[in-house]
Amino acid sequence: MEQLTQTIQTVPLNAYITLCTVIFAIGVIGVLLRRNAIVIFMSVELMLNAVNLLLTAFSVYLGDASGQVFVFFIMALAAAEVAIGLAIIVMIYRNTNSIDIKVLNRLKW
Amino acid sequence: MNTFYFIAALSVIFAILVISAKNPVHSILYLILTFFTFTVHYILLNAQFLAIVNFIVYMGAILVLFLYTLMLMNLNKESEPVKSNLVKIAAVIGGGCFLVTIIAALKTFTGSVPVVLKDTNLGLVKNLGKTLFNEYLLPFEISSVLLLSAMVGAVLLATKDPKTTA
Repeated sequence: MEQLTQTIQTVPLNAYITLCTVIFAIGVIGVLLRRNAIVIFMSVELMLNAVNLLLTAFSVYLGDASGQVFVFFIMALAAAEVAIGLAIIVMIYRNTNSIDIKVLNRLKW
Repeated sequence: MNTFYFIAALSVIFAILVISAKNPVHSILYLILTFFTFTVHYILLNAQFLAIVNFIVYMGAILVLFLYTLMLMNLNKESEPVKSNLVKIAAVIGGGCFLVTIIAALKTFTGSVPVVLKDTNLGLVKNLGKTLFNEYLLPFEISSVLLLSAMVGAVLLATKDPKTTA
């Protein structure tokens, strides 16, 4: 473990910020690009995880454990969100027989 | 250092595959691989507790839930909706603008400081538990209420017959 943590000693903080930004942007593109409701959901998970990783990197950088506790809370929140979201998607699929978000445009008004 | 860049490249490649795969089941499998690379990132940062939680909760529970839901719906490649090319280009430009903005803002900071682990006990269960149950005890209790309400809500939403939900 000592040897493993030695490997991050030379990684600049900017590399972590760049990586997380790229992953987050991929998540944003995924939400805009796809029409399958489940894939959109997965893109949201991708964005949540990018933020988690950045919080952990900052937590290690500042030597403060609060960042990692926040990641723990985000994970609990994500679990609740996924359970509710998938239940809603299952209900939509039962009513419309499709998970295309185009079907949901009647929610506009 | 090279380990980080190798894993980072893998994360980005798998993340792109998640949103570009035609078949939603392949999408989920690529998402599992992406989350696995994130677990490796946590281990490299010596955040051992988060690495285990990420492995068990995300890869073990959430993604299996996704996979089962998708398999219950019996979707196939033919029913996969496709967006028009114009919308696709607009989506990529929109996401790209976000990326360029953040990276450009990052470039204004000169001289990046390396991430150095000052306290090797930082990410261990003992240390995190002390922080969690001292400073963050109230949010911890509230999150248990959140999980309970989410469970009740999911059961209520997913039950088919309106008579049984009443």
